[in-house]
Amino acid sequence: MLKFLLRRLANYVLLVVIATSLAYLLAASTLDPRANYEGRSPRPPEAVVDARLSELNLNDKVPLIQRFGTWAGDVVTGDFGRTWEGNSVNQEITRRVGVTLRLLVLGVLLGSVLGVFAGAYAAVKQYGWFDHGATLVSFLILSIPTVVIAVLLQIAAVAFNEATGTRFFQYTGEYTPGLQGGLLTHLGDRLQHLVLPTLTLALSQIAVYSRYQRNMMLDVMNADFVRTARAKGLTRRAALVRHALRTALIPAVTYFAFTFGALLVGTTFTEKIYGWHGMGELLVNSIYSNDVNSVAAVSCFAAVAVLIAALLSDVLHAALDPRVRVG
Amino acid sequence: MGMPEEQLGEELIKEESAPRASSRGRLVARRFLRTKQGVTGLIVLALLFVLAFAGPALTDWSYTDKDFMSFLQPPSARHWFGTSQTGQDIYAVTLRGMQKSLIIGLLVAIISTAVAAIVGSFAGYFLGWTDRMLMWVVDLLLVLPSFLIIAIMSPLFRGGNWPLFVLMLAAFMWMVTSRIMRSMTISIKEREFIAAARFMGVSAPKIIFRHVIPNLASLLIVDATINVSAAILTETSLSYFGFGVQPPDVSLGTLIADGTRSATTAPWTFFFATGLLIITVLAVNLVGDGLRDAFDPTARRPGKARS
Amino acid sequence: MSIAAGRAPVLEVSDLNVTFGSGTDAVRAVRGVDYSIAPGEVLGIVGESGSGKSVTSLAVMGLLPDDARVSGSVRLHGQELIGRRDKEMTRLRGKAISMVFQDPLSALTPVYTVGDQIAEAVRIHQDVSRDKAARRAVELLDLVGIPSPEQRARAFPHEFSGGMRQRAMIAMAIANDPDVIICDEPTTALDVTIQAQVLEVLKTAQTETGAGIVMITHDLGVVAGFVDRVLVMYAGRPVEKGLVDDVYYRPRMPYTMGLLGSIPRLDTGDREPLVPIEGNPPSMSALPPGCPFEPRCPLSIPECEAGEPPLIPVPGEGHSAACIRTQTIENRGLTPRDVFKAGPAGAVARGDRAGRPTVLMVDRLVKHYPLMKGAVFKRRVGTVHAVDGVSFDIREGETLGLVGESGSGKTTTLMEILRLAPPQSGRVVVLGRDTAKLGRNDRMAIRRDMQVVFQDPLASLDPRLTVQDILAEPLTTHGLEVGSRVRELLGLVGLDASFASRYPQEFSGGQRQRIGIARALALEPRLIVLDEPVSALDVSIQAGVINLLESLKIRLGLSYLFVAHDLAVVRHIAERVAVMYLGWIAEIGAVRDVYDTPAHPYTQSLLSAIPLPDPRKERERRRILLEGDLPSPADPPRGCRFHTRCPKFKSLPEAQRALCVDQEPELRPLGGDQAAACHYAERLEVV
Repeated sequence: MLKFLLRRLANYVLLVVIATSLAYLLAASTLDPRANYEGRSPRPPEAVVDARLSELNLNDKVPLIQRFGTWAGDVVTGDFGRTWEGNSVNQEITRRVGVTLRLLVLGVLLGSVLGVFAGAYAAVKQYGWFDHGATLVSFLILSIPTVVIAVLLQIAAVAFNEATGTRFFQYTGEYTPGLQGGLLTHLGDRLQHLVLPTLTLALSQIAVYSRYQRNMMLDVMNADFVRTARAKGLTRRAALVRHALRTALIPAVTYFAFTFGALLVGTTFTEKIYGWHGMGELLVNSIYSNDVNSVAAVSCFAAVAVLIAALLSDVLHAALDPRVRVG
Repeated sequence: MGMPEEQLGEELIKEESAPRASSRGRLVARRFLRTKQGVTGLIVLALLFVLAFAGPALTDWSYTDKDFMSFLQPPSARHWFGTSQTGQDIYAVTLRGMQKSLIIGLLVAIISTAVAAIVGSFAGYFLGWTDRMLMWVVDLLLVLPSFLIIAIMSPLFRGGNWPLFVLMLAAFMWMVTSRIMRSMTISIKEREFIAAARFMGVSAPKIIFRHVIPNLASLLIVDATINVSAAILTETSLSYFGFGVQPPDVSLGTLIADGTRSATTAPWTFFFATGLLIITVLAVNLVGDGLRDAFDPTARRPGKARS
Repeated sequence: MSIAAGRAPVLEVSDLNVTFGSGTDAVRAVRGVDYSIAPGEVLGIVGESGSGKSVTSLAVMGLLPDDARVSGSVRLHGQELIGRRDKEMTRLRGKAISMVFQDPLSALTPVYTVGDQIAEAVRIHQDVSRDKAARRAVELLDLVGIPSPEQRARAFPHEFSGGMRQRAMIAMAIANDPDVIICDEPTTALDVTIQAQVLEVLKTAQTETGAGIVMITHDLGVVAGFVDRVLVMYAGRPVEKGLVDDVYYRPRMPYTMGLLGSIPRLDTGDREPLVPIEGNPPSMSALPPGCPFEPRCPLSIPECEAGEPPLIPVPGEGHSAACIRTQTIENRGLTPRDVFKAGPAGAVARGDRAGRPTVLMVDRLVKHYPLMKGAVFKRRVGTVHAVDGVSFDIREGETLGLVGESGSGKTTTLMEILRLAPPQSGRVVVLGRDTAKLGRNDRMAIRRDMQVVFQDPLASLDPRLTVQDILAEPLTTHGLEVGSRVRELLGLVGLDASFASRYPQEFSGGQRQRIGIARALALEPRLIVLDEPVSALDVSIQAGVINLLESLKIRLGLSYLFVAHDLAVVRHIAERVAVMYLGWIAEIGAVRDVYDTPAHPYTQSLLSAIPLPDPRKERERRRILLEGDLPSPADPPRGCRFHTRCPKFKSLPEAQRALCVDQEPELRPLGGDQAAACHYAERLEVV
């Protein structure tokens, strides 16, 4: 078992290394940090720019392979280099990881739990009003890109705030800078900022999971073992919850690994639109600003996150399904 | 889109017996036409296509024209959807963007589904090192942040080079389908008609193209449909941030991005493009759902008659 | 014999009707079923697939899906159940009436332990603590004969073998001491030796609970020795019912007669032809106005089309048959063989066996493969010794039956032969060519001469191709002209040439299997490997396919390797038989010798486990019951592989046992064409 896990882990590390390197190479050969300096006025002398770029390992006059070597050497020691402005990428990331994770974890939990229950209930009440309603709403949500959901929610929040004359919904940043007050005020303020971005992420998750869970549940509801449970004398409800839903949770868990990639992208959009200073925002900004080292660092983060999600999904699968556990 | 099984079927029959349309195909079509959501989606989609490709002929304005008499004007008889800040006719521009979005959606779906079908079925059929190698590529592509890669490459899409954008989108969209395809190939491989063909001496690629892929066509068709909407959605999001379709090309994504800034003050710049996008994707999804029902009518019916 | 006489029935079903759907799509699955059972009585409901026998029992349980409309009356202890609310039915289910389902793997929830699932059944109806219910579950597992029940209660369903799962289902059914137990094909998915065990457990369960049992089955053999009365169903209706002896010895409905005549039997003399029932059961959504069996009935007269006959009393206690020709049958004293046209008599390859050329030779064939565990965390945990030194040969014009239970390695053997690749160890020589020395072209040439027919006739035909394309595929693959060959082939297997343009799904099971056989014949092979070719078919259809194979063999001079788990079928088609156990051959020889006087204790118990469709013989028969399940092929016992379950071994004195434990027996000739791999082989009559 341990040997197996180690082998899998080694494969994961290899995947992360390759993914990050590819991202670096692609970014280093396509992005143009020099443009950031050349666009300035007064335009700095080329020698100065060269020196500065070389210092940051961003100089396109240095052969790509050599830049990659320098970068890789640093990364091995745990240093992702510096942004084009000269700040430490590591510091930037440490500051931002928490922000992204908060959004991700909340979105996933809220989305999958609500989605699973909505889907299961819709299946049990197949062709009832809830089923029809849930189907309609999830189809609609699945047809709107996350960016548009985010923008629409913002527009709605503005309208709500204006109509009620309050500032209930906050839609920029994760907290109000310079807010005075105690812990409770701060907490409330953060919650106010949290609602819309979390909702943006969770909505599509709910839609995805409710559709999936509904189908899984319908598959299982007619299974022989549910019939056995009812033949034992369980009520329909008990048989459905204890036997059908419990079994239908297994595919939902494996589905998690598949949806995680899309979720990461959704987080990126959400952060950017709501002005959260997370990894996603960093990604978009660093591409805008030709910041090669940050791009590589974010892709490393994304790769690690995807693999952790896959691992988590496997572990949960094994926990839920005795058939896949090693005897 | 091309249904591989029919073409292959026709190629392989060098018989005097005239090849007829697959009765299964007809059965599925009949069942599809009985699904409410599928028919609605199909009709709406057809109308949208007509609108996107025939609609521009209805107005005198072209998407390149600028009306210097009206900037940021609401819809009127002169400009049906209003005008933008630079005096563009929103109707003409939106339809132009829709054309691009629809084409991108279709192309990406066809390419990615084809790749998924081939990679998945070969990996599942041969297993062993073929499988390990292909699935390793799948894992790698799943781990690579697709958004990031495409965003980095976005400067290359400039100058009307959107087909490259299509290829990149497709390159990151086939992995999950190919995994499903692989596992279904593994199970269908156990079916005896595959074994029969093998023991008859039919070569492996022939078995894959003649028996495996056609029998998984239902999965692929449904998936291709879903991929159309996924591609349109991804295109929109990327274009929204300026990482997708590049000027002078426009797509619904670039239009929505332009419109967002004035969404509250001049809603027409935002809502026509957004509305058409949502309707398009919704229609495609409905068609996909209808197809799924038509292919697998038992999946949703409560309880079948047993004996 | 009638135990029921004079006792108040526990369960009375009268005029039960079940309809699915509505309008023109309506399927009348059950039409007017009547029966009643008394405490301790066993009723057998017999019918082929689609006869409505399972729907009947689900209707009694109130477990039909919502779109089913049920009418008529079901009374338990005199109280009406039809129309009761689900909540009230919930209190009865599992307590007053319980049910044992067919497929024990899908019938148990995969994510809970077996003990928990039985304890749950206890706690639903009895107010006991969790601990007590768990203890009761262990007791019940012990009662149904599961070894070390304490430990097995903590196992999950997938860790149980098929037989053990079915025992667990029975334990669950008797947990609350029910008055009626409905068993829906409880042994269909099991091997014969396990089936015999489970039937014993059911008998125990009956004595334990004193319940009335409804035993639903398609197999007239299984119920012959077990039930008191029989109800035969056809097209949703009871067509004959009565005491078991009356129905088996004096059937009055031609359908029952056909059913009895089409069963391959172990006990009838050599190679008597089977009597198939022509045609297929009618579609339940478009029933003819007359007797539903009329289109297939050799005795039908124009009056039969006029209306559906009711059950008419015929001689015998409670014996009745739904047929207007019962009087004729009675007067003329007709037997199944008189009514139905029998197939061709079995062909025995002529001439000296040694003088004919060998078409297939397998010599000490070995196939081991890695045993992987876990779906997510996959790893190798051992080696499966699927085939471990199997040797046999087939001469031209001969049929060798390769029989064994699941896990015996018979299918692996067959796949190894068909692969035409060098085996891990040993030799396979097909038509004189050693598979280890084949080039690409040689292999292609042999593929032409050796064809295969599979078990599941639907799975073996590509649903996307027409029959024309299916039958043309072998020809085009080998670069042959298709021309009119497809039509010829269809004619050869007794199908209409117009079928060529249709798809496999449009055919019945028997017709599909004929298409599969036609495909195998396309290249005019010399050897056909048949993998359980009739086990997926109903008996009445099965007989026709067996007869077809028989006549093709004679007409085309074919040789067959016939792999099957059903020894009765093999007796009818094969000249020689090889009995496999855990990857090796226990006994091999001429069918007559092996069946009449089996010498290996395994063959003996296997033959004795097969039920005969003859109630009197069944009641008198003494079974040699095997204990436990097949040991894992990943860890076969040392010495003789059978010694862990061998009845002979148990009867041996300690000193003689050592040989069995230490030394693997070789196949030893016993005179005539018979050899057994047993140190203490001794011929014995068991059927």
